[in-house]
Amino acid sequence: MEFIETLISGLSIGSTYAMIALGYTMVYGIAKMLNFAHGDVIMVGGYMIFLTMTALGNPVVGLVAAIIFCTLLGITIEKVAYKPLRGASPLAVLITAIGMSYLLQSMAQMIFGSAPKMVIVADFGNLKLGSLSVPVYTLITLGCSVVIMVILSLFVKYTKVGRAMIAVSEDRGAAQLMGINVNGIITITFAIGSALAAFAGFFMLMKSPSLSNTLGAMPGIKAFTAAVIGGIGSIPGAMVGGILMGVVEAFSLHVPAVAPYTDAIEFIILIVILLVKPTGILGKVRREKV
Amino acid sequence: MAKLGKIKWKHYINYIAIAIVTIVFGAMSFANLLPSSTVYLLEKIAISIILAVSLSMVVGFLGELSLGHAGFMCVGAYLGGKVSCLLEPVFGNGLITLIISILVGGLIAAACGIIIGLPALRLKGDYLAIVTLAFGEIVRSIFMNSGEESFGGSLGLSTPRYDKSVLFIFAFVLVLGCLAVVQNLIRSKHGRAITSIRDNEIAAHATGINVTKYKLSVFTISSLFAGIAGVLYSFSNFRVQSTNFDYNYSIEILVMVVLGGMGSINGSIVAATLITYLDTTLQTVLTGNLAVLQDLFYALILIILVVYNNAPALSAFRATHNLSVFFEKLRKHDPAHRRDDEAKWDRVPTKIEMNEILSVDIQSTSSTVDPDKKEGK
Repeated sequence: MEFIETLISGLSIGSTYAMIALGYTMVYGIAKMLNFAHGDVIMVGGYMIFLTMTALGNPVVGLVAAIIFCTLLGITIEKVAYKPLRGASPLAVLITAIGMSYLLQSMAQMIFGSAPKMVIVADFGNLKLGSLSVPVYTLITLGCSVVIMVILSLFVKYTKVGRAMIAVSEDRGAAQLMGINVNGIITITFAIGSALAAFAGFFMLMKSPSLSNTLGAMPGIKAFTAAVIGGIGSIPGAMVGGILMGVVEAFSLHVPAVAPYTDAIEFIILIVILLVKPTGILGKVRREKV
Repeated sequence: MAKLGKIKWKHYINYIAIAIVTIVFGAMSFANLLPSSTVYLLEKIAISIILAVSLSMVVGFLGELSLGHAGFMCVGAYLGGKVSCLLEPVFGNGLITLIISILVGGLIAAACGIIIGLPALRLKGDYLAIVTLAFGEIVRSIFMNSGEESFGGSLGLSTPRYDKSVLFIFAFVLVLGCLAVVQNLIRSKHGRAITSIRDNEIAAHATGINVTKYKLSVFTISSLFAGIAGVLYSFSNFRVQSTNFDYNYSIEILVMVVLGGMGSINGSIVAATLITYLDTTLQTVLTGNLAVLQDLFYALILIILVVYNNAPALSAFRATHNLSVFFEKLRKHDPAHRRDDEAKWDRVPTKIEMNEILSVDIQSTSSTVDPDKKEGK
């Protein structure tokens, strides 16, 4: 029974990671950049939920407000910081992204202070099935993420915009020649990624109500690790990697002897994967061209 | 005397500046004129310079991003501190203990650099950034959860106390050593290879440069110096706590490199000094929630400087508005520097053009007249 409980908790953490990892992997695949500020968009979403919850008290309105705000924020970040650097060296883009992440964190601290805020989104209690006791929020997280991931997969596969996204990630130049508005597609990608980050922020607040300006930093890094493990640039890879990360985390937290080293274990897995299979579990090998 | 004239003084200006600073402050310290806060600031500046110069090697010259510099520093600080604790009963807290612990801390950090660099540097792209970031977190969580008797656990490791009036001189001597290694490497044939990897990895590879070897050696040397800076840190603070070596500290070192100008060692030195000085002075001014203003300032420096220096749309603007053009203009006003036959080349002349230039003196003046004008007459 304990095994199943831990597994469900792991799947729930993992689906949150998968939501964040999707944002990373889509932006990486299409804009070819590591958006370090993605984790901090989650944090901004969390504060948005906090503000609407204190004003209106309705978690669903909070989630909607967070999604809208994060989407706009993602688009703004892309336009202001990353778009001017298109065509510049990847190092410059990376450093700007780190600066952006730092900027969001310090601005949040300036506005809301450094003391953590308590945001109790909703308390659903536990679901009991015989000797099995599972917190309801894990099931909600799991269910919502599965639905979102299915919708996203269908969107990418069957809509015109989704196909254009695949085309841009395969070959930006050729996509442009085919009449695809590459800049528009990159903006849409940032918007989708940031909206997913808002969902992830909501799930994280359901899990633990403490909200501070570093809420998104660590999950962001772990989700990126998950994206790399699954194969960066691959949407199913991000899901698999995220779930794997979550399950490892849940089981490692469950064993008292290794619990303090959970973060270390997850990052060691990353290093091992990079040594053994650098393209990740579902990643494709790309030939490099001059 | 003739030989001395040939030395390009501008290549050694940083050694001279640091040596003068060391001698002046050293003399003041022996005369008991330095307050302990200044001594501490000087130690911190020395540590920052070592960190910034070593990170500048990776970011500015190799073109890879390392976000785990604080992690390597942490390794050096803990292991160097531990070694000095073990050696203190045997050798006392003198120079021998200092040197041995610096060596041990630095070498172990370098070994970590090899272990981390091997998987990450074989891959292209941003993998090194994320792996070094992960490394920093791994190191921190390992030392944080270590036993009380081994590395002090969450309380931190206490290190022996050294004579404060001498320690900063030792730190600045290490700065000189670090500069000597980094500068000579960058200015050598190997340095050219390293910058060529930054500019075009595939072309460098095709020219026969062993890309992985160079990447790995630069990364290892950089982590060696980060470890040495960590050992110095442990001497300077008497206590090593893993919480001090977090991600934000790595970013602060990166800010120093970016502010100083990527690919400029002297710039890194100046920026490291400036930021460390600002850090300590602002610490007393900005308290409470205002302290975050400093982080905000760093973030803006990173974004604005990098976008300004790299945006393709601004390249024409950059060419006319930069410091070297500004200094050039200042110099132009000085009639002593103006020469009538000053050649203006915006590119390297081709061989044919070069022959034309060289043949001017031999040819008669009539032939240099423009042929078009002749025909017009």
